[in-house]
Amino acid sequence: MQAMTDAIATALIPLALTLKVASIATLLTFGIGVGLAAVFARRKFFGRDWLDAVATLPLVMPPTVLGYYLIVVMGRNGWIGHWIYDAFGVTLMFTWQGAVAASSVVSLPLVFKSARSALEGVDHNLEKAARTLGSSEAEVFFRVSLPLAWRGILAGTMLAFARAMGEFGATLMVAGNIPGKTQTLSLAVYSATQAGNDGLAAALVAITSLICMIVLVSSGKILKTDYLQEVDR
Amino acid sequence: MMHVDVKKSLKSRGRSFTLDVSFASGEDAVVLFGPSGSGKTVTLQAIAGLITPDSGRITLKGRVLFDSEQGIDVPPRHRNLGYLFQDYALFPHMTVFQNVGYALKKPWRRLSKEDGRRAMEFMEVFEIAHLAKSYPGMISGGQRQRVALARALIRKPDLLLLDEPFSALDTLLRERLRRELREILARFNIPAVMITHDPEDIKAFAGALIVYEAGRVCDIHPSLKEFGDRDLRSIIFPDSCPTTCATRG
Repeated sequence: MQAMTDAIATALIPLALTLKVASIATLLTFGIGVGLAAVFARRKFFGRDWLDAVATLPLVMPPTVLGYYLIVVMGRNGWIGHWIYDAFGVTLMFTWQGAVAASSVVSLPLVFKSARSALEGVDHNLEKAARTLGSSEAEVFFRVSLPLAWRGILAGTMLAFARAMGEFGATLMVAGNIPGKTQTLSLAVYSATQAGNDGLAAALVAITSLICMIVLVSSGKILKTDYLQEVDR
Repeated sequence: MMHVDVKKSLKSRGRSFTLDVSFASGEDAVVLFGPSGSGKTVTLQAIAGLITPDSGRITLKGRVLFDSEQGIDVPPRHRNLGYLFQDYALFPHMTVFQNVGYALKKPWRRLSKEDGRRAMEFMEVFEIAHLAKSYPGMISGGQRQRVALARALIRKPDLLLLDEPFSALDTLLRERLRRELREILARFNIPAVMITHDPEDIKAFAGALIVYEAGRVCDIHPSLKEFGDRDLRSIIFPDSCPTTCATRG
């Protein structure tokens, strides 16, 4: 019994870190993914297909490859990392912020893809109607397109959150596996199993499974909206 | 007085369509008549500013809405035109009340009390006040049309554009709503441009009749008032279309 409570207490630290990292990463990907999707749904521009491919790439590439790219870009000598280090004297490598960056990149395509198809699926006549009723483009987006695409976007965001929670490979390469600092649930499960600490591993796995179930069930509940109940007359 | 002169080429999946029309009318009701795919809806959307013509000029009561030479293209939100879509395009996530009040609401604010009252008054005129809290998916076709009309007219538009307003309705209802629409147009004193396939609509509404064929205007009747039923037949039956417009693509 004592071992059990100890295991749970030890599991709470990576759990808190995981929730923090996944939540911030989801907020970031939500903003970037929906913004990008809105541009794609409205504008045709040069290199559109290539940008789409780049934004989708994290979905198909091995996490280690992504981790490598992130190190190249964000490491102390990387394009962006270099600039950040010069300006603020910090580096994202081996910090929880680095884990956020890794999770964000990995989960971005889930938000972007679902938001894009949801926004493109909005009846264009509704957007046109809003324009003839005096709405600016921003107003059309926030009062018509976004509310109508909301279900698809939210579904993608929930998946992105779940994906960010389970992120392993890229996080390991960018942020390392430092207990109490960058060790998220999935990394802790790996470490516990490697160390032969079966009790802790079981507790971590149980917690992870429970949270993922809660995310999936609640997303299913949120996605039910009332106005879609069609009545035949 | 309305002048429309529009050229627009559309391409999709290898098929191309060219619209090249020009007409003017001082009548309160202009009917665009012609087969499907002859460019009537493209014309209507060009007037509303929902598509941008390749070239041309559109003026309404002396106001220039579009002029490719002068580089004028007034955005649809500033044209102050009402548009009734074929499928009514009611916002499915808003109640009837919110739909009707849509144009009055300022972004990020609630509808003011005064505007809310105005929306209610409008809904009473259109006999849809009892549906205020219903969503468009829950009401009948005729009711939807009234909601769409109320929503478009609440801004007091300078011109109402109607894209086959009765095509989504059954014959009995069509008859009644045609009468209602005439009364409403007269009551609000708003000029209208209507697209239709239905000769009955011409009888009921047309001041001027513009006959479309394959992206061109093939016949203009500036005033139909002196026409009787039989003359109308000779106008709208296909063989009456003069050979001058036999530029079918």
